[in-house]
Amino acid sequence: MKIAVCIKRTPDSESRFKIAASGAAIDETGLKFDMDDFAGYAVEAALQLNEKAGGGETVVYALGPDSVQESLRKAMSMGADRAVHLKADAVPADGIAVARALAAELKAGGYDLVLFGKHAFDTSAGVIGTATAELLGVPCVTAASALSVANGKGEARRELEGAAELVEFPLPAVVTIDEGVARPRYPSLKGIMAAKKKPLESKPAQLGTIRITVQKMELPPERPAGRILGEGVAAVPELVKLLQTEAKVL
Amino acid sequence: MANVLVFAEARGSELRKVALEAVTAARALADASGGGEVHALLAGPPGIGAQAEKLAAYGADKVIVVESPDFARFARESLAATVSDRAKAGGYRAVVLGFSSQGRDLGPRIAARLDAPIASDVTEIAVTGETLTVKHPGYANKVTMTLVITGSPVVLSVRPSAFTPRESAKAGTVEQGQASPASGATVTVKDVVEGAKGRPDLGEASIIVSGGRGLKAKENFKLIEDLADAFGNAAVGATRAVTDDGWRPHSDQIGQTGRQVSPQLYVAVGISGAIQHLAGMRTSKTIVAINKDKEAPIFKVADYGIVGDVLEVIPALTAAVKAAKQH
Ligand SMILES: Cc1cc2nc3c(=O)[nH]c(=O)nc-3n(C[C@H](O)[C@H](O)[C@H](O)COP(=O)(O)OP(=O)(O)OC[C@H]3O[C@@H](n4cnc5c(N)ncnc54)[C@H](O)[C@@H]3O)c2cc1C
Ligand SMILES: Nc1ncnc2c1ncn2[C@@H]1O[C@H](COP(=O)(O)O)[C@@H](O)[C@H]1O
Repeated sequence: MKIAVCIKRTPDSESRFKIAASGAAIDETGLKFDMDDFAGYAVEAALQLNEKAGGGETVVYALGPDSVQESLRKAMSMGADRAVHLKADAVPADGIAVARALAAELKAGGYDLVLFGKHAFDTSAGVIGTATAELLGVPCVTAASALSVANGKGEARRELEGAAELVEFPLPAVVTIDEGVARPRYPSLKGIMAAKKKPLESKPAQLGTIRITVQKMELPPERPAGRILGEGVAAVPELVKLLQTEAKVL
Repeated sequence: MANVLVFAEARGSELRKVALEAVTAARALADASGGGEVHALLAGPPGIGAQAEKLAAYGADKVIVVESPDFARFARESLAATVSDRAKAGGYRAVVLGFSSQGRDLGPRIAARLDAPIASDVTEIAVTGETLTVKHPGYANKVTMTLVITGSPVVLSVRPSAFTPRESAKAGTVEQGQASPASGATVTVKDVVEGAKGRPDLGEASIIVSGGRGLKAKENFKLIEDLADAFGNAAVGATRAVTDDGWRPHSDQIGQTGRQVSPQLYVAVGISGAIQHLAGMRTSKTIVAINKDKEAPIFKVADYGIVGDVLEVIPALTAAVKAAKQH
């Protein structure tokens, strides 16, 4: 199969964040960056689908400044065949603008499947994959926690509130990947060496009007320090009393 | 004056709580934009119209009822077409829906169809003239972003529980609307597997009891179930360590890559408090932690902690909660 995966470069989710002097961005000094978690699952899912099918091509796309090439190389070291970098000074906060640029590029690609993360760690928005599918005019399954493809047809599972939905869809299609589909492999040394020679094409992104901008970023208030009431069963009565009198939840 | 369209979410023939929250958010937005009307689009299987009154009672000036057998299940393409066709015809300032599993799916579809900007998981909305400003937690709840959105219409999906439904004295009208068909290839729902019955959804529960690897074995989740039963209408959650091991379904996972919850009471049982778990529950009103390791990071966010073996403490707590509820 011909599969495209769109990936974003985001800061490591374990980081402690500080706000930059501008007040409208995070301070990037000292932060580690990698491809965003759900996009990592999507790359792995694509590789596994093609391994199972016994062939095909996996192409990775990233829109952003030159630094995103690092994430594209990482995906190629995992096994993706080639990469496309859509160059932009920054990734806009307007997901529809990003989707438009990705769709313009993917349209002529002839892909059976285009995979996205269900949402990116930084925006936590979950817009770009689904919007890209609409712009491409192909069916879209969002937040798949299981995915399989056979005979030109896909099947997926989606977690709903208190239930799960099992769906079927024709190809070509877009799927956005939730946790559960695949855990990303670590690149092997051989993979890392091979990735250096794989093709990475860079061209300007076709970003249209941008209608959403970040005005401010703030850290949410810290929780006040809690108290340890005591040890073992002996502390239970005190806890129940506080749940009644202080927290008022009983 | 600016009218606002709400997608009033239902599952099967049941209206979802987030529909009333979206109406409340839309009401505030319409009022702040110089007093427009709120129109709620209620799409569902035949009979869904019976829910229209409820939407009107919570501030919808008009409820547009669209009944179709196709809407017994989540007919995403047709729903997106129905909402966006209505939005185009009505010249609305905004389309508001919930950031639920349905809303997450439909919002970007509607935005793309309307060529409108979309802000997700919105917790606050403010209006200054032609400009909308919203708050949205990003970086897995670690950073609060303020976004400025220009253009009209805009699509806003609102975070469940962020807007408290408020009843309104005004009486709304009801009209019938038409479903728009899907164009092109579609996703087919083959089956819907219902989860454990008799418990509220994690996103709607006011009390959540959550278990981690400290429970030691799948069977011991019975202790968590028992404690949830003692509290009454409580939901049960889990860490990724537990869902990875198959002790609980993935849908129970709370955290950065699972559900994000904000109940009145969150009880963390045998949970270390990894940063990715905290990302999903740190905004809970009251947090209780029970862990045998007094250095566990969960104690840094817990209002009340007990250091001890969960296999001993939880049965005692269950008994004490039961006793307290009887008084
Ligand atoms: C990209 C990414 C995303 C992730 N997303 C999530 C997510 O969404 N949700 C999530 O939960 N995790 C997530 N994780 C995993 C997270 O980092 C932790 O590994 C996980 O939360 C740990 O689960 P736990 O607390 O159950 O287990 P552990 O960390 O193993 O903790 C078990 C705790 O139980 C205590 N304990 C043991 N025995 C007893 C006993 N008898 N009585 C009392 N206490 C006892 C121990 O002291 C310990 O603190 C993610 C990780 C990554 C890398
Ligand atoms: N700049 C980008 N370049 C390529 N893919 C992206 C970019 N931003 C987001 N994506 C993809 O879209 C998904 C959803 O992002 P978002 O809509 O921002 O939550 C991510 O998980 C990625 O798969």
